[in-house]
Amino acid sequence: MDFTEKKIEKIKFTLFSPELIRKMSVIKVTVPDTYNEDGYPIDGGLMDQHMGVIDPGLRCKTCGGTVHSCPGHFGHIDLVRPVLHSEFARIVAAMLKMTCSSCSRALIKKGKIDQDMIGSEELLSEMRRAKKCPHCGAKQEEIKFEKPTTIMEGKRALLAIEIRERLSKIPNEDLEVLGLDPESARPEWMVLTALPIPPVQMRPSIILETGERSEDDITHKLVDIIRINQRLEANLNAGAPQLIIEDLWELLQYHITTYFNNESANIPPARHRSGRPLKTLSQRLKGKEGRFRYNLSGKRVNFSSRTVVSPDPNISINEVGVPQYIADELTVPISVTSWNIEQCKELMRRTEYPRVVYVTGKDGRRRRLMDKNMQELIDSLDVGWVIERQLMDGDPVIFNRQPSLHRISMMCHRVKVLPGRTFRLHVAVCPPYNADFDGDEMNLHVPQTYEARAEAEKLMLVEDQIVSPRHGSAITVPNEDHLSGAFLLTRKGIKLTKDEATKFLGAAGIYELPEPGKDGLYSGKAVFSMLLPKGLDIEYKTKLCREVGECSKGSCPYDGYVIIKDGKLLHGVMEKKGFAGLLLEKIFRDHGGAAAREFIDRATKMSVYAVTHFGFSVGVDNYHLDKKMREKIEEVRAKGIKEVEGLIVKYKNKTLERLPGKTLQETLEDHIMAVLGKTRDSTGALLKDYFGQENTSILMANIGSRGSMLNVIQMAAFLGQQAVRGARIKRGYRGRVLPYFKTNDLGAYAKGFVGSSFMDGLTPTEYFFHAAGGRESIVNTAIRTARSGYMQRRLINALQDLYADDDARVRDADGNLIQVVYGGDAKDPMRAKRL
Amino acid sequence: MPKIKQDSSIDAGEAVGIIAAQSLGEPGTQMTMRTFHYAGVAEQVPLGLPRLIELVDARREPAKALMDIYLEHEHRKDAKMAQKIASEIEYVTIGDLCSVVENFQKKELRITVDTEYASSKGIKTADVVKKMREALGKEGKIMTKKNLIMLRLNSNCQKMRKTSMKIRAVQMKGIRGLARATIIKDEKTGEYFIRVGGSNISELKKVDGIDFSRIYTNNIRDIEKHFGIEAARNALVKEIKQVMDLQGLPVDIRHIMLIADAMCARGTVEPVGRHGLSGGKFSVLARAAFEETIKHLVNASIRGEEDPLNGVTENIIIGQTVKLGTGKVRLAMKE
Repeated sequence: MDFTEKKIEKIKFTLFSPELIRKMSVIKVTVPDTYNEDGYPIDGGLMDQHMGVIDPGLRCKTCGGTVHSCPGHFGHIDLVRPVLHSEFARIVAAMLKMTCSSCSRALIKKGKIDQDMIGSEELLSEMRRAKKCPHCGAKQEEIKFEKPTTIMEGKRALLAIEIRERLSKIPNEDLEVLGLDPESARPEWMVLTALPIPPVQMRPSIILETGERSEDDITHKLVDIIRINQRLEANLNAGAPQLIIEDLWELLQYHITTYFNNESANIPPARHRSGRPLKTLSQRLKGKEGRFRYNLSGKRVNFSSRTVVSPDPNISINEVGVPQYIADELTVPISVTSWNIEQCKELMRRTEYPRVVYVTGKDGRRRRLMDKNMQELIDSLDVGWVIERQLMDGDPVIFNRQPSLHRISMMCHRVKVLPGRTFRLHVAVCPPYNADFDGDEMNLHVPQTYEARAEAEKLMLVEDQIVSPRHGSAITVPNEDHLSGAFLLTRKGIKLTKDEATKFLGAAGIYELPEPGKDGLYSGKAVFSMLLPKGLDIEYKTKLCREVGECSKGSCPYDGYVIIKDGKLLHGVMEKKGFAGLLLEKIFRDHGGAAAREFIDRATKMSVYAVTHFGFSVGVDNYHLDKKMREKIEEVRAKGIKEVEGLIVKYKNKTLERLPGKTLQETLEDHIMAVLGKTRDSTGALLKDYFGQENTSILMANIGSRGSMLNVIQMAAFLGQQAVRGARIKRGYRGRVLPYFKTNDLGAYAKGFVGSSFMDGLTPTEYFFHAAGGRESIVNTAIRTARSGYMQRRLINALQDLYADDDARVRDADGNLIQVVYGGDAKDPMRAKRL
Repeated sequence: MPKIKQDSSIDAGEAVGIIAAQSLGEPGTQMTMRTFHYAGVAEQVPLGLPRLIELVDARREPAKALMDIYLEHEHRKDAKMAQKIASEIEYVTIGDLCSVVENFQKKELRITVDTEYASSKGIKTADVVKKMREALGKEGKIMTKKNLIMLRLNSNCQKMRKTSMKIRAVQMKGIRGLARATIIKDEKTGEYFIRVGGSNISELKKVDGIDFSRIYTNNIRDIEKHFGIEAARNALVKEIKQVMDLQGLPVDIRHIMLIADAMCARGTVEPVGRHGLSGGKFSVLARAAFEETIKHLVNASIRGEEDPLNGVTENIIIGQTVKLGTGKVRLAMKE
């Protein structure tokens, strides 16, 4: 590997002078046409071979290169009359405004200029306002700029030729006062007398299926320019009347303006024969699909693949299951050294996966390894060669899911080649990627240098990203069934026989048993403890803590307080807060990423076994209410409705107390929303009592593995008030939302209260209200993604250059100091304790 | 105990800016757009994504400004004093106090003063008439009958409507921009403070009895103007943190501090975007790649600008190693 030292130190932006345009031009283009009847480039035409070639088999007449090696060369045309460059017209107008119309000096006295003032707004505006030249005393007429290229002096439009003349008289020292760098940009260069013709490579023609050639938009525009230029020349030579000359001149100006920018204000865009506006230079560069953002800031890559992802809890979180088809296709380069040359030869002899696909010699020639050249290449293999072999188990790859909103959207995994056609992903890495398996696709990239591989493994490996840099809590976490399984295993009173315990541990890849209890059985906690690293001490309150009175810690009746001593779970159960949070973070911080990875890998496998062992399912039964319970719920609901009616009566006879700053009606709406919200939530406690903690839905809500009490309530009790824009649904007909209600009915059911449950099904009006609420959230999501995407783009762009130096000072690319000590304490948010 | 000794210091060369930007941008997709009910001020205050965007934009006027005004130390637990100041600063117009009804046929305006409300503000009908006269100049004839004020006008409908709007907007009391003052008791300290909609620090300076040093507004620009850039930076941190906390989206405060510091690094609060941080960059390529591509290229060329190629985008564009993280250092083999 050779080091790439920085090659480009800086880039300077300047203007071309006409002399330079002619000097760097390889040919003067004179024919407004491209190819002749034989499909061969016309000499002196726009596709002249001096400017480069795009047809395979032809050679560039300037450098002799082929399609692949010739970079292209500029040509030029001489304009018979000067023409304003539209993008600079505004600047030209400003220059004219600030200089004398007769002597072309800057409109300010020499003595008045202070070195510090140069470029200042006051100085510029003083020059702009000057009515008389301080040098020659000439009166200055007002200069006005009209988009896109007209400059008026008083009531007369200035001709480009006059403009150019005036500009060229401005002395260099005055230009500096005007804010121009005379070395880089003489103002008269903004009025074109020669137009560079970009190389053919920049505007390749494409051959349609019919065999016809279709030229690039830029070429079309150049044809127009040359044609008009020639007509203007002919008319000038023939001594045509001034009127005709001026018309043609203006036409030339139009074509050149649209050549640079086909979206300039006040002129109609030039169109293709089909009526589509042409994409000219400006359009090529700007915007999301422009050269800068589409091709320069973001580049396409090789050695990548993409397919659907599916879950696999049996691989490690560090791994990614790669389909054999993809492993066959992707390659990894191996440098041949004196240490590995024999292994390399061994690999080259293989005819089946994993085999070597390409061999690159010292001469840099890359050859495909085939049966017939195998022996020859093996024999000539030498240190310094590079072989490219197929992707193998253990290779570091970068795995990614779009949108890549944060750095953990791209992490390094190790390859595990598997049968099938999908990428396999451990379920615990879904949260950082925000992936699910409803058809999501993900990308995989194979780093191609040793540095890249090392960086990927050391900096981007999943086990080092278990904790998010955003907030310092775990993000690569067990979820859903993994939490349920761990809970079922660790809860109170779980006793396993030796046979069972062996199976649990075996599932997790542990082949030793903990000490059995006095009864010869193994407690679930003891089995689970085998997953924990030795020396782990932690105590915390779980989600199951009910916050009743003083915490009884180790003797908590709900097993809601976890005590782990030296890697032994003594008390408490596993649930989301600990298993996917505190406990995991503790292991990550104190025992390192590898230990945390091992814990997740094994614990999830054991949990999956636990879930299948104990059995865990959800069904319609979970939400079935008996008659008595239905009546109870009905009672609650009726009470809420009655309360609302009471409020409405109070509102109608104006005894309702107005909230400060609100109208009476707003007050009523507020109260009703609160009452109905409270009504719905109050059924939660009833349902909890009725179903009991063993109901799987309630259990999942409690331990945080899936769903919430709201989901249970909406399925078993009723949906509650539907809202649009944070208020009851009110739009529709006059005085009512739907024609099924009486006008001005303020009652709960008329304004979007849904009294049915998902189990019972909704009435038609309820269904309508529910759909209205549902639509709002869909619309909101759509708007939010666009808005937050743009905000993030701006944030990234503004802050991308900031870095912490070795003293934790934060600086930007220009060297400005942003923070004296990063975060005030020089700590990494990911590794420091959460604030 | 077998502990891995983990150094929790930030790594040299770490791209802390990008991490901060991502840490604020990524949760943006999960935020709600809805407005929020603030304690006391019975008004919808934008929170979540709209408020966050407002903050990083460093808008001159937030959509809904709010101020917290604390009293001088000796009155801090005096609810009556708080009430008095609150009613003193609350902006009240004739439109707030009265109902203004136009009668285009009779060419008169019937203005009925809500005496109950007015007297709570210490305003009499006569005061309203006086202020009206001042505003109207010589226009119209005023007749008063108890709490009913009749204004005879001799003009057409359009002008009458204009006059009525003008009368409604006449200031009776208080400070411009400050509405809906509410007294809130701070449960922790037992002290009373006034929360008021709108922001107007300069006028509050003239009010007696308030602790000017503790005044707070959610208008960052106002804070910058009156208390300086450091205060503005702290307010930015506080406001952004509050947005994230209320959404239940944890973000490490270091990220927020970095964004606030970057916005304030040049001595004024600058927005994140083309007119602020991104637009002020030295690099031509970085600016061109962000927004307004052509403008930046054209201006760079006439000034003969040079791009030193130090930033991220520039180096990606030209295909060189970015000078961040591992690209910041170079390795040498030990002899």
